Amino acid sequence: MGVTPLAIMLGLTAAALWWLAGHEDYRPFMPGLVEGAAVTMRITVAGAILAVAAALTAGLARLYAPAPLRWLAVTYVELFRGTSALVQLFWLFFVLPQFGVTIDAFTVAVLALGLNVGAYGAEVVRGAVLAVPLHQWEAGLALNLSRRQIVARIILPQAVVAMIPPWGNLFIELLKGTSLVSLITLADLTFRAQQMNQTTMQTGPIFTLVLLGYLFMSLTITIGMRLMERRAIRGLGRRA
Amino acid sequence: MIWDWAFAIEILPRLGQAAIVTVQATVMGFALAATLGLGLTLARIAWPRTALPISVGVELVRSTPLLIQIFVLYFVGPEIGLVLDALTAGTLAIGVHYAAYCSEVYRAGFEAVPRSQWEAAEALNLNRGTALMRIILPQAIPPVIPALGNYLVALFKETPLLSAIAVLELMQTAKIIGSESFRYTEPITLVGLFFLGMSLISAALIRLVEARITQGVRR
Amino acid sequence: MMQDPMVRFQNVTKRHGSHIVVDGLNLDVARNEKVAIIGASGSGKTSLLRMLMALDPVDSGEIFIEGEPLTHMERQGKRLPPDMAHIRRMRGKVGMVFQSFNLFPHLTAMGNCIEAPMRVLGLTRAAAIERATELLEMVGLASRKDYYPSQLSGGQQQRVAIARALAMRPKVMLFDEVTSALDPETVGEVLTVIRRLGEEHDLTMMVVTHQMGFAREFADRVCFLHQGRICEEAPARDFFHNPQNERTRAFLRAVLEAG
Ligand SMILES: Nc1ncnc2c1ncn2[C@@H]1O[C@H](COP(=O)(O)OP(=O)(O)OP(=O)(O)O)[C@@H](O)[C@H]1O
Ligand SMILES: [Mg+2]
Repeated sequence: MGVTPLAIMLGLTAAALWWLAGHEDYRPFMPGLVEGAAVTMRITVAGAILAVAAALTAGLARLYAPAPLRWLAVTYVELFRGTSALVQLFWLFFVLPQFGVTIDAFTVAVLALGLNVGAYGAEVVRGAVLAVPLHQWEAGLALNLSRRQIVARIILPQAVVAMIPPWGNLFIELLKGTSLVSLITLADLTFRAQQMNQTTMQTGPIFTLVLLGYLFMSLTITIGMRLMERRAIRGLGRRA
Repeated sequence: MIWDWAFAIEILPRLGQAAIVTVQATVMGFALAATLGLGLTLARIAWPRTALPISVGVELVRSTPLLIQIFVLYFVGPEIGLVLDALTAGTLAIGVHYAAYCSEVYRAGFEAVPRSQWEAAEALNLNRGTALMRIILPQAIPPVIPALGNYLVALFKETPLLSAIAVLELMQTAKIIGSESFRYTEPITLVGLFFLGMSLISAALIRLVEARITQGVRR
Repeated sequence: MMQDPMVRFQNVTKRHGSHIVVDGLNLDVARNEKVAIIGASGSGKTSLLRMLMALDPVDSGEIFIEGEPLTHMERQGKRLPPDMAHIRRMRGKVGMVFQSFNLFPHLTAMGNCIEAPMRVLGLTRAAAIERATELLEMVGLASRKDYYPSQLSGGQQQRVAIARALAMRPKVMLFDEVTSALDPETVGEVLTVIRRLGEEHDLTMMVVTHQMGFAREFADRVCFLHQGRICEEAPARDFFHNPQNERTRAFLRAVLEAG
């Protein structure tokens, strides 16, 4: 979908939330759900930062690092893509303590989700870098730039444009993935919904608000990434 | 002791049982996703007026967590008279969620068939329905099979979410074993290894199919 | 030192698999000499330039720049394969312009011209801009300095590429069919720039070209490459007026008929 229909959907979502928040069947749930949404957003942002860092490191290591580091990167990517996000989350939460390593639930959530998305992101980085024509390397070499300079200043800036749309999808996956943290007792949006559902049995209103809440956050991310893509394309001087 | 082999072997049969449920949910869920997804795509081609509502629906489903969708179907369902057991509700939710993804894959497949194929069919006086089913569809599907395969694997890896509504699939069983024995290392690691093994095998299979298909096209 | 040629290929061979692309080639280019290299497609012209730019290694033989070996290093009397530092020091003497321009699409014309001087030569931004402005003026593109490559015509892009290479102050400039990807009406502007470069600057230039007219009036010497060897070389006038080799004559005839 284009940016305009997405923006219309975002507007409608916001309006629906606004309207429902004033409705007496819904109002009582708002404060708790807003707190939950704040936790969801914090995990999403922290996870996204970790994911991008992990993806760049692993993606570039897989392309350019010497053999042992390259294998490490491949192992990381395959391991985290091959097992399930919930398994990773539970493994860090339940199994690590048995090795004597205890980390708080928030850190576990950020680590598991960030590294999971980062593994997919590593493939995005690798693909985008490989899509930059070999000519660009050679032009850099002919100007006597070092390998590191060529990667950092010539190849990556060009690869970024191709990376933005798939990263948009990955951030959405990350946001949706944060709902899993409710299963390790973190009080995110999903957790709050579950909790209120059990105490009040007001299933309809609660889940309506929660769905609208996630929709609002997803659409914001999608639209943000689309705008970023436009800017990046303009940065390449292409007529968008 | 960090890893107890005897315990690991002891719990294998129980996990094996649970794996059957996981595979069941995967197969049923994907069957639904693949057919419903195709149905949506065909609908928007056959009746262009449905394109906008379908797009919006797909966007809505893809923008919200599967876990919430599972809860909604399981908890909200009964309120509107839709009482489902946990496995059915969960599988249904997974199927619908991935149908949204699959419909986008099919759509790309249909869009990749050149317009001239429609025109050629028209020139032969085939009606739109026949052209769609006999000429366009057979060209649109094979190229997207690997992409569908990737979603099959993704769906498979999301089945542990069913543990949230207490379906006795792998993850739930592992957690129960863990809480009974206070040993989480073996059950959860074994579940992880199961997923890793299956994913690597599927990835290899998808590559094989992909190679076959590109060969088929070249031939 | 003064007698050392600027560039020397000594028995250089290059293979791709079992296919010999450059075959025991010998060639000296004097300081400030302008050499045109011509030959049929696949005769090894690009390969020759790429080895001198150290983009591809030689399979055997040696290349010297100002008497210094590019293809090996001498350390305490021992011959060693060149390391990165050596290659980069030698690369600093050479600049290259490509057939397909290869400008960096995410940088403006100015950005293209200052990136390497700043990062490799350690120039300040101001100094790099000053140098680049001068060069962009020389190629007639001062007014387009803030344009991105995609906003420039092919001929303009190629002139930026020339300025970009010159900004590194190379001693040898390599041009690989720099006009063959251009629309006919923009070929002239690029050739004019190259011509002026030859007249106004102390530069050794090696130009691979299919423009026989240009080779004849621009080059001091013309080398005809055939199957990876120099089949005939002569001062430009002699080469075109009185080719000695039967292959050269056949080639010139074919080119003239086509053009
Ligand atoms: N990377 C490579 N792998 C295999 N063969 C190659 C490679 N690069 C060049 N060749 C072969 O080497 C031979 C010489 O190529 P080169 O590019 O030097 O020719 P050229 O004289 O520049 O031709 P043109 O006028 O077409 O540019 C050709 O037969 C080409 O096919
Ligand atoms: Mg060539």
